[in-house]
Amino acid sequence: MSSSTFSSSINAIKPCFCTTKNHSLNPSSIPTSSFFGSTHKLRYNPLTANSPSFFKKNRQTHIVAVSDVKQKQQQLKSTPSLGNLLITKEEGLEVYEDMILGRSFEDMCAQMYYRGKMFGFVHLYNGQEAVSSGFIKLLKKQDTVVSTYRDHVHALSKGVPARQVMSELFGKTTGCVRGQGGSMHMFSKEHNLIGGFAFIGEGIPIATGTAFTSKYNREVLKQADCDHVTVAFFGDGTCNNGQFFECLNMAALWKLPIVFVVENNLWAIGMSHLRATSDPEIWKKGPAFGMPGVHVDGMDVLKVREVAKEAVERARRGDGPTLVECETYRFRGHSLADPDELRDPSEKAHYAARDPITALKKYLIENKLASEAELKAIEKKIDELVEEAVEFADASPHPARNQLLQNVFADPKGFGIGPDGKYRCEDPKFTEGTAHV
Amino acid sequence: MWGILRQKVVAGGSPLVRIRPVVSALRSYSSAAKEMMVRDALNSALDEEMSADPKVFLMGEEVGEYQGAYKISKGLLDKYGPERVLDTPITEAGFTGIGVGAAYYGLKPVVEFMTFNFSMQAIDHIINSAAKSNYMSAGQMPVPIVFRGPNGAAAGVGAQHSHCYAAWYASCPGLKVLAPYNSEDARGLLKAAIRDPDPVVFLENELLYGESFPVSAEALDSSFCLPIGKAKIEREGKDVTITAFSKMVGFSLKAADILAKEGISAEVINLRSIRPLDRATINASVRKTNRLVTVEEGFPQHGIGAEICTSVIEDSFGYLDAPVERISGADVPMPYAANLERMAVPQVEDIVRAAKRACYRARPMAAVA
Repeated sequence: MSSSTFSSSINAIKPCFCTTKNHSLNPSSIPTSSFFGSTHKLRYNPLTANSPSFFKKNRQTHIVAVSDVKQKQQQLKSTPSLGNLLITKEEGLEVYEDMILGRSFEDMCAQMYYRGKMFGFVHLYNGQEAVSSGFIKLLKKQDTVVSTYRDHVHALSKGVPARQVMSELFGKTTGCVRGQGGSMHMFSKEHNLIGGFAFIGEGIPIATGTAFTSKYNREVLKQADCDHVTVAFFGDGTCNNGQFFECLNMAALWKLPIVFVVENNLWAIGMSHLRATSDPEIWKKGPAFGMPGVHVDGMDVLKVREVAKEAVERARRGDGPTLVECETYRFRGHSLADPDELRDPSEKAHYAARDPITALKKYLIENKLASEAELKAIEKKIDELVEEAVEFADASPHPARNQLLQNVFADPKGFGIGPDGKYRCEDPKFTEGTAHV
Repeated sequence: MWGILRQKVVAGGSPLVRIRPVVSALRSYSSAAKEMMVRDALNSALDEEMSADPKVFLMGEEVGEYQGAYKISKGLLDKYGPERVLDTPITEAGFTGIGVGAAYYGLKPVVEFMTFNFSMQAIDHIINSAAKSNYMSAGQMPVPIVFRGPNGAAAGVGAQHSHCYAAWYASCPGLKVLAPYNSEDARGLLKAAIRDPDPVVFLENELLYGESFPVSAEALDSSFCLPIGKAKIEREGKDVTITAFSKMVGFSLKAADILAKEGISAEVINLRSIRPLDRATINASVRKTNRLVTVEEGFPQHGIGAEICTSVIEDSFGYLDAPVERISGADVPMPYAANLERMAVPQVEDIVRAAKRACYRARPMAAVA
């Protein structure tokens, strides 16, 4: 970017998408760059920065997160009427149960790790439950969730039974991937949970690919009702990775039904987001590629849910991708092996006070959506569920020795598929050596 | 090209060749054997597979409007439209990952790398998301994807565009690695790769694209495909076994001609499949001839020749009459100057010399660094 446009771009992207500060819808504050596009349709003339219809069109379809505004309005009114509530009782209890499940499960994982039942790398999600429950509880079973190594709670929210996840962590054959993957590689075809990717940024192109499949199914294979959405979760550190930008570009270019969710917990192991990123406001990177970028408070599940609803609906309609930055925090270290010495205790205390579970509990009770007793009952039920999952995992067998060599290929012997469409190794003439080669 | 035609005639006429007489008759006696360029063979294979299965799609740089960087995908955009022949931005990591994600959900992408050197930018997805996924997900997520493109040295393109990746990909469990030589290999193996439910790395060769080879009528049939994991004996012999893949098969056949004049009958094996390696065929051949020369274009250390040598020592040590000779590219990044480049890649004379060494027909040479 040339220096003359640099200063204008600083003020450029405050508009529609930010939930926290001013809601300036001024179209003149458009990012200007002389490097825009190469096809003649997109040729951009910086002299006419305020008028191109292309930009206006983009702006008008952007989502505006309203939850912050609504919250402010409610506080002003001080006695919210039932019509203004952000969530119904059933939904509230469902979300609460999901968050409690995530929290109890992760706490149990920590216990089991220190008792030696779990091993290797384990990355816990405590504190970030609002993001997982806020997004995943809005999805259908056929929608896809693509995650990273911090995937236990994404798996649980998507519907993978807790006992399967726990067995997988223990390395038992009853785990969701039969003990082959472990903590970082949770896959479930039934629940459309893809990963589990240990590499930073690896899941983002994969998620873009599954979104591509959804669009391909609809447009090329003519499965008219295929409107599956993909939600990709990743962290703040990933947003500096090349693959992230490559996929923002391609998702916007091909208008894929995907939501990119950044779980910005401010820390990548011991590297602070502010030390690693030239422009720490990640949501701004969306508009640079032609998609809306939204920032939301990731410690408040209701706000996340509002934004998620809009983003998922947008993708389902076929309007293309959205980048959602959730400002959240992990209460524990990066993994169970991380001593977590670099984070300031006051920062931890600040976010601990904004625990999403206590916030939702308070909301539900204050708005008379649930009573203490009901919530306690849910907590008890979840405790029992997690205990049962541990017992199940303990009792499950270790994988059989022959499982070592299974599933390297989908093709049993590696000779490929013959002209008749069946595996060649099933052709008796082939194994005898008399088939034509 | 005429030399190769002659090769086919010789091979077809031999009574030991294990192909059906109809085909060998076509090859040996019919002068109307159809010739096809490797480029056209690949194009026709892609065309047929895309028309047979709507889930197959092609993505890569310049595969659409440019008709393919090496014209392999010529005409496909017009025939199948931009939704199935995708021109991608220059984002190897991104579009390879997109291909793998699409393959998780049952589509069959063919990802073209302009050369396999650029696959370095995407190797994380080839190895970590594609190769390992079926294993990590305990069979839930097979990845029916094909990664294809030219591999190895071309002419005067310098160090960063001449690297051979056969050994790199062949060392990874979960991948199938194929390297065709002639047009029939190209057609049969590409069709097999596209139909295959596992990730396949398909290593072509830029210099072979323009070469024509005769193809049998059977190879032109749209259901023709070759098995993966089976090597082909291109030329039968009894004194020394020469294994090679891709362009080196042509060189080995020429070397075998020269050796035949000197009374050494060389058996040339076209590996076709680097992973799974056809150890059975190689070992059977070595047990017959008792001497082995492995030829490859890539770097020597940890290369294909090293693996073949070890396999033969493990299985057929008692049958070897001479140490295994390993011909490979020079252990240096590829130079640009034409004469240096010629020295950095195996030539026919090198193969002849090595075969003679294996047969104790020449003075032993000092070990070269």
